Amino acid sequence: MHQLTLAEIARGLADKKFSSEELTKTLLARIAQLDPQLNSFITLTEDLALEQAKAADARRANGETGALLGAPIGHKDLFCTLGVRTSCGSKMLDNFKAPYDATVVAKLAAAGAVSLGKTNMDEFAMGSANESSYYGAVKNPWNLEHVPGGSSGGSAAAVAARLLPAATGTDTGGSIRQPAALTNLTGLKPTYGRVSRWGMIAYASSLDQGGPLARTAEDCAILLQGMAGFDPQDSTSIDEPVPDYSASLNGSLQGLRIGVPKEYFSEGLDPRIAQLIHTSIKELEKLGAVIKHISLPNMQHAIPAYYVIAPAEASSNLSRFDGVRFGHRCEDPKDLTDLYKRSRAEGFGPEVQRRILVGAYALSAGYYDAYYLQAQKIRRLIKNDFMTAFNEVDIILGPTTPNPAWKIGAKNSDPVSAYLEDVYTITANLAGLPGLSMPAGFVDGLPVGVQLLAPYFQEGRLLNVAHQYQLNTDWHLRSPAGF
Amino acid sequence: MALERSDVEKIAHLARLGLNDADIPRTTEALNSILGLIDQMQAVDTTGIEPLAHPLEASQRLRADVVTESNHREAYQSIAPAVENGLYLVPKVIE
Amino acid sequence: MQWEVVIGLEIHSQLATQSKIFSGSATTFGAEPNTQASLVDLGMPGVLPVLNQEAVRMAVMFGLAVDAEIVQHNVFARKNYFYPDLPKGYQISQMELPIVGMGHLDITLEDGTVKRVGITRAHLEEDAGKSLHEDFSGSTGIDLNRAGTPLLEIVSEPDMRSAKEAVAYVKAMHALVRYLGICDGNMAEGSLRCDCNVSIRPVGQAEFGTRCEIKNVNSFRFIEKAINSEVRRQIELIEDGGKVIQQTRLYDPNKDETRAMRSKEEANDYRYFPDPDLLPVVIEDSFIEDVRATLPELPPQKRERFQSQFGLSAYDASVLASSREQADYFEKVVNIAGDAKLAANWVMVELGSLLNKQSLDIDQSPVSAEQLGGMLLRITDNTISGKIAKVVFEAMANGEGSADEVIDKRGLKQVTDSGAIEKVLDDVLAANAEQVEQYRAADEAKRGKMFGFFVGQAMKASKGKANPQQVNELLKSKLEG
Repeated sequence: MHQLTLAEIARGLADKKFSSEELTKTLLARIAQLDPQLNSFITLTEDLALEQAKAADARRANGETGALLGAPIGHKDLFCTLGVRTSCGSKMLDNFKAPYDATVVAKLAAAGAVSLGKTNMDEFAMGSANESSYYGAVKNPWNLEHVPGGSSGGSAAAVAARLLPAATGTDTGGSIRQPAALTNLTGLKPTYGRVSRWGMIAYASSLDQGGPLARTAEDCAILLQGMAGFDPQDSTSIDEPVPDYSASLNGSLQGLRIGVPKEYFSEGLDPRIAQLIHTSIKELEKLGAVIKHISLPNMQHAIPAYYVIAPAEASSNLSRFDGVRFGHRCEDPKDLTDLYKRSRAEGFGPEVQRRILVGAYALSAGYYDAYYLQAQKIRRLIKNDFMTAFNEVDIILGPTTPNPAWKIGAKNSDPVSAYLEDVYTITANLAGLPGLSMPAGFVDGLPVGVQLLAPYFQEGRLLNVAHQYQLNTDWHLRSPAGF
Repeated sequence: MALERSDVEKIAHLARLGLNDADIPRTTEALNSILGLIDQMQAVDTTGIEPLAHPLEASQRLRADVVTESNHREAYQSIAPAVENGLYLVPKVIE
Repeated sequence: MQWEVVIGLEIHSQLATQSKIFSGSATTFGAEPNTQASLVDLGMPGVLPVLNQEAVRMAVMFGLAVDAEIVQHNVFARKNYFYPDLPKGYQISQMELPIVGMGHLDITLEDGTVKRVGITRAHLEEDAGKSLHEDFSGSTGIDLNRAGTPLLEIVSEPDMRSAKEAVAYVKAMHALVRYLGICDGNMAEGSLRCDCNVSIRPVGQAEFGTRCEIKNVNSFRFIEKAINSEVRRQIELIEDGGKVIQQTRLYDPNKDETRAMRSKEEANDYRYFPDPDLLPVVIEDSFIEDVRATLPELPPQKRERFQSQFGLSAYDASVLASSREQADYFEKVVNIAGDAKLAANWVMVELGSLLNKQSLDIDQSPVSAEQLGGMLLRITDNTISGKIAKVVFEAMANGEGSADEVIDKRGLKQVTDSGAIEKVLDDVLAANAEQVEQYRAADEAKRGKMFGFFVGQAMKASKGKANPQQVNELLKSKLEG
């Protein structure tokens, strides 16, 4: 039963082949058995899950339908869940039982999805390897010595290991797409403003966006349908109707113009990955797509700009963790400054502290123009590159990551080396564009992803291309040995 | 330009992070390595380019002036480290 | 050396919205601690701000009232600093692009001259919570009910040259925000708070001296005293060979002196940047025009109209126009009674002293405008004399009903029947035969003085009700006769 996709689960539940309660129990047992190897969950919510599953079964018995009604999922542990610990992978919030539900959590619960628990993540979503979690590193089911990617590494590992059919994630610089690529999943970062950020604990507000991780594009369409939509509680939420993503999956790719930027194939890309990407381009050409070679000249500046903007916003976003109203508070503070300094030094791990310091520095008097403003200007250059490119092409395609998953600990000595792994994903966050990663093959037994980018609000087009590709390839159907 | 120990101490104070004395050299080194990466940005000519703060460049929506919240003090304070008589407690502040 | 005082003011005015600037919490004053603090106000992880339309409307209205530019693309920024009453570790404010740009306000000084004070800008921001320092076994208690209350921070140019001018400016601003209905102006509750930037320079010097900011002075009287004591401190400091250092200070009314604030000792680096949770506020022309259409008549226009329409003196007009409630009360009285000068006199003198005695605002007056107008009507139609009117007024203040009811019940109607008056006079003259003899023997100069005696006796005998004019005429003819 654990091999079923969301789409298959929906059909099975509709055909009464099994109940949500049975499915939930099966997966909970599987998690109990296998997750100790992976560490993909921070908190399991068995009781709540069974309650939700029974309620979903009752709703179905009453004639209700819905692709998510009774479907088991997991939430990245930065989506607030009422009464349930929402840790953000941090000691700072180890004791934080959120007093409310995130909009994404509430919307999925209303659609009947069953939440089995909260998945592990890089602390405050800062990382590309899921090694910065207070709850320990998450392991890649394809090779337990390797990282699953991050920051949504727990969601990715759990779905890749068939502990869950799908899970929510968030993507600030690639945190859905990169772990999807490294664990052989399909993951989608929607257009900025498409999914509500209310209740999604902020890392970098102008870049963060929630989205689905699943094994197929079809499943991403189902989960995204439940997550997307206007939310009056989020000023950056966009009031645009949500199209039916499943309905557009079967459109033909005949004449689809795919742009392949030369900058995605420059120095730093593992040539074996380049080879796999070229194979997937051929596959899409067979389906009728037309390839165009394009250029995104400012892409090379994206990493420096991102590592100013994201830490700057984070340094401010994380000021609320001060030991006063919630979260970790140090023992016996001798005065107010001591309360702040020790609570924060004890509560935040080293990577979070580094980014707070970088951000505070970039915003400080005398440096604002050279760092923050310059980064925002580069951000516009990057957006302009995309706008120009999308005049000529419908989709932009390239690798999701320059390398397959690295060994746990391999990049710990130098934070910058890990930052460079974000090179292909962060431009979409800077420009606010939707992006998707899907399986494209294996290198040394480790999965590789191909990334698709589309103009604003064209998530449907991304899912359509990925679905057509997946109808004609079988990379996404492969399971890791032992799971 | 490279940060020195005193710079890092100043920034850490601004950010209210109590760094361990022993960790400061390592933190300084890491920050300098990150700033080295960031400083590549300075070579980009951005003359005449407007900064972009929000990808979609929309404008702020306004909320009607209506009271929609009620009192949940008990629930909200149940997760607080220190409260008394409905107040959050912190070490004595001298203005 | 002769010193010139230079003062600029920052007024924080709490906007009179129902809900907070970025959340749906109530803004009511005086609620139990933290019962009006929502997830957003508490800065809980994951929460987001959404801007209150009414706060924007009020800010635009203010901008129009001070003839300022409305910045049609304005931006909220984060001001980052740690303080326990600031839940998020930053205050959402406006920095580079405030909603209201350069404007001005005209103030009337004590000598009657009008001075124009420049307004640098006004911006929207959220208020912080309150720190309570007493009673918590060595701890400070934090109440976040006030956190997120909308504030309009109004920054003046350094245009004021004395504490008195500063007070006149704050009073004018206080009247203005109340006229506009955007702030209740209750200084005791902190609805209007004032930071005073004070510096001195030798008379004739062009550059400004180093300024100190006195934070949170919350009454007109303390503004004047705080500025004067700070000026004294700076003069003494400089004349003793010292230097003023830029700092934030607090005024202690008990000691009548200012002292440096401990919590502001270190130089702050607020790391302002545009708040990524909020988008730029775009204000359409049509929005501005809609607000303009709702602008009430403001104090300067009202002052002018009171002079031209009612023939009041500049002084009376400015006193009556100083608050919207008083001006409205006065106009109601005039509408009923007709005689504007009489109405102005009664509102300013008799009503003023009554309210003063009972420490009431005019909108709490025990005598309504309708009652007062009705009574003045009885003066002008000679039903009662001005003297009796004071008795009627007092009775109305004690809740005895309308002027007509009081006059009727107490029988205070003026006696105008000449027969009845003659009878009273005859009795008075008969009872004072000796004085009548003396009067008749006296010369013109003496007679004048003695005449008053007979009038007094006659009014006393009629219990004040006899028409004084008739008493005069009849008495004269009887004494001459």
